[in-house]
Amino acid sequence: MLGKTAGGVFWMLRYMERTENTARMIDAALRISLTRSSAAESEWTSLLTTTGMLGAYYDRHSAVDGHKVINFLLRDPTNAGSVMSGVELARTNARMVRTALTREVWEAVNECWMVLKDMLARPVREQDLPEILQTIRQRSAFVRGSLHGTMVRNDIYDFARMGTFFERADNVARVLDVKYYILLPSIMHVGSASDNVQWETILRATSSTRAYQTLHEGEFDSRKIARFLILDKRLPRSLAFCYGKIADNLGYLAEDYGERLECHTMVDQICNRFNTTSIDQIFEYGLHEFITEFLIDSQRLGQQIEQDYRFIE
Amino acid sequence: MTEAPKYFDEMFWPDGTARVPYAEYSDWFGTEDVRRLKRKSAQAEALFRLTGITFNVYGAEEAGERLIPFDLVPRIITAQEWTILSRGIDQRVRAINSFLHDIYHRQEIVRAGRLPAEMIAQNAAFLPQMIGVAPPGNIYTHIVGTDLVRTGENEFFVLEDNARTPSGVSYMLENRETMLHMFPELFSKVKVRGVSQYPRSLRRALSASVPPKCEGPPTVAVLTPGIYNSAYYEHAFLADQMGVELVEGHDLRVVDGRVAMRTTQGYKAIDVLYRRVDDEFLDPMTFSPDSMLGVPGIMDVYRAGAITIANAPGTGIADDKAIYSYMPDIVEFYTGEQAILKNVPTHRCSEPDALAYVLDNLADLVVKEVHGSGGYGMLVGPAASKKELAAFRAKLMAAPENYIAQPTLALSTVPILTNAGLAPRHVDLRPFALASPGGVEIIPGGLTRVALKKGSLVVNSSQGGGTKDTWVLED
Repeated sequence: MLGKTAGGVFWMLRYMERTENTARMIDAALRISLTRSSAAESEWTSLLTTTGMLGAYYDRHSAVDGHKVINFLLRDPTNAGSVMSGVELARTNARMVRTALTREVWEAVNECWMVLKDMLARPVREQDLPEILQTIRQRSAFVRGSLHGTMVRNDIYDFARMGTFFERADNVARVLDVKYYILLPSIMHVGSASDNVQWETILRATSSTRAYQTLHEGEFDSRKIARFLILDKRLPRSLAFCYGKIADNLGYLAEDYGERLECHTMVDQICNRFNTTSIDQIFEYGLHEFITEFLIDSQRLGQQIEQDYRFIE
Repeated sequence: MTEAPKYFDEMFWPDGTARVPYAEYSDWFGTEDVRRLKRKSAQAEALFRLTGITFNVYGAEEAGERLIPFDLVPRIITAQEWTILSRGIDQRVRAINSFLHDIYHRQEIVRAGRLPAEMIAQNAAFLPQMIGVAPPGNIYTHIVGTDLVRTGENEFFVLEDNARTPSGVSYMLENRETMLHMFPELFSKVKVRGVSQYPRSLRRALSASVPPKCEGPPTVAVLTPGIYNSAYYEHAFLADQMGVELVEGHDLRVVDGRVAMRTTQGYKAIDVLYRRVDDEFLDPMTFSPDSMLGVPGIMDVYRAGAITIANAPGTGIADDKAIYSYMPDIVEFYTGEQAILKNVPTHRCSEPDALAYVLDNLADLVVKEVHGSGGYGMLVGPAASKKELAAFRAKLMAAPENYIAQPTLALSTVPILTNAGLAPRHVDLRPFALASPGGVEIIPGGLTRVALKKGSLVVNSSQGGGTKDTWVLED
């Protein structure tokens, strides 16, 4: 397959995953702003920080306001990181790699674009928000499902899957990076109601609340939440799970092409760290430091894959 | 009481009875509810949007992607009519390939006095870089789209031979898919010849044209200018249907004397490149130096026999509108037979007598730019205002050699579906032919373009034309 095509399917799935994650995070922030109005502004600010768009937001607006943040993140055409821009980019990539996709996958992406273009054509009203957020998540799931159900399991599929898991791990790590302090032990707030709400936000932003409760008998504990999101391979959004998948797909490529490259060594190192480190060791080392280093390693791996498989010249 | 019709209608005789090829369709239509058909039409449009069969309009910002309107009344051609048309196209395609070989070699046709030397020497479409180059099997144009018009029961004319990079074949295929999907019952009543073999035939024709340096099974690729090109959908569609890579200039480079594409496992040589990029952008080292769409050095590789480019560079001279007027001579010169398909009588404005005639009769003629295409820059005399005629007259007198003129043809009509039922509209036809060293294959069908505006004779999609499915009936 063409190097350009590998890059195209990888980024197509990354953008689809990103739009879905943005919808999840808006949903979680909205929940907080509705239930605790005093925390609303800081919650919207933290959402802008997590998506890396706080600066871009302030270029356009002077103050943080829920309605403005929502419209900025969902549909502002000047915001290259908005959901609508992400869907546009996913579709542009899909058009570019059209011959590598099944008709089902292409149509799922194209229809996602058509539906959202229509839904996000006008400023979003509060009463329409739940339906819009749900549509974004459903459309993204539809693309992933078409991929899963119709694509041949070959190198094209491997690059597509890696796009999903790269973006997902990146997103969970960013959520943790911005909210890590909530999970740190503090004399002031231990076990307070405020902690529980904040912890729940982290789970909600990553759609892991129910899974957490099922597996932990409803007991909220900061260390268990951190362990769940970072190390628990049963959760399809945990860093360890995502990297397990990336390692699998890179492994299939090595097998297919009969060649192990620099990126294989790098992914093994990252996976090894998840397999041999306990949550206590992470807290001892520093949760923030651990996450920051992970984000750097992850970015390096992405660049290495791009180079090893010739996405660009 | 009834006014004598000015135009030949392919579906109905003037008395309202259906012509034989449309008899079954007409019966079926009579039992249909127009509102149901209009709903089907809307469904077809939704399907086209989902599939992404759109074309990009240059310069149009917001509505950057448009659909070419699809009309669901088919255009029907009998087996007997098709036999004549396909024989005529086959003859023309063979003649064009012989002609191209000749003018890039000994130019016997000029020596024989059948074509003035300046028609070639002073023609911008003639590529000196191709002199002496012989592509595999002497095939220069592998894919040809012959534009035909009809003016009567047995009156067909060739309007244009598209020998460089004809487009529209994806519409031929998708229109048929859509019709099969919407009206399966029709296809069990009427026996229509299939067209879906086109991608396989195309791949076979391309693979049969391998360059001498190819080893093993040939690697074929489609070269596109990219996703912003107006025909990108078709490029992707054909690559997908043939199961070959769709490449852009930046995916390619010359490696060890071969044109190679950058894959995830390194550079891989291409044997046959079906290019949908114009000559002038093909190689920045040979043609336009600032082109980003082509491959630097591809012409050297080509001349060394290490890649086949389809269609070959320099084929444009064969579908040049000035050369067109010599096509009857060209066919006769190379095949030794009279041309089966007629040319439209053409006045070359470069000739003083012809120019005088054209200026005297401007209001009755169609005047075209010699190098123009897409319906741009042409004058339809009978439809033009006095002001437009005067402006065109000035342009014509300033540079007569840039123009040819033809009588305004009474293009046949085929009905389209309107809210009020069927209404006749003018059509043309572009069948597609594939040439390879093994011979010429003509797909029984083609692209029927239809002018949706009442009375309009311009069928180009860029000028508001639509398309129809084209049925060639089985014997």
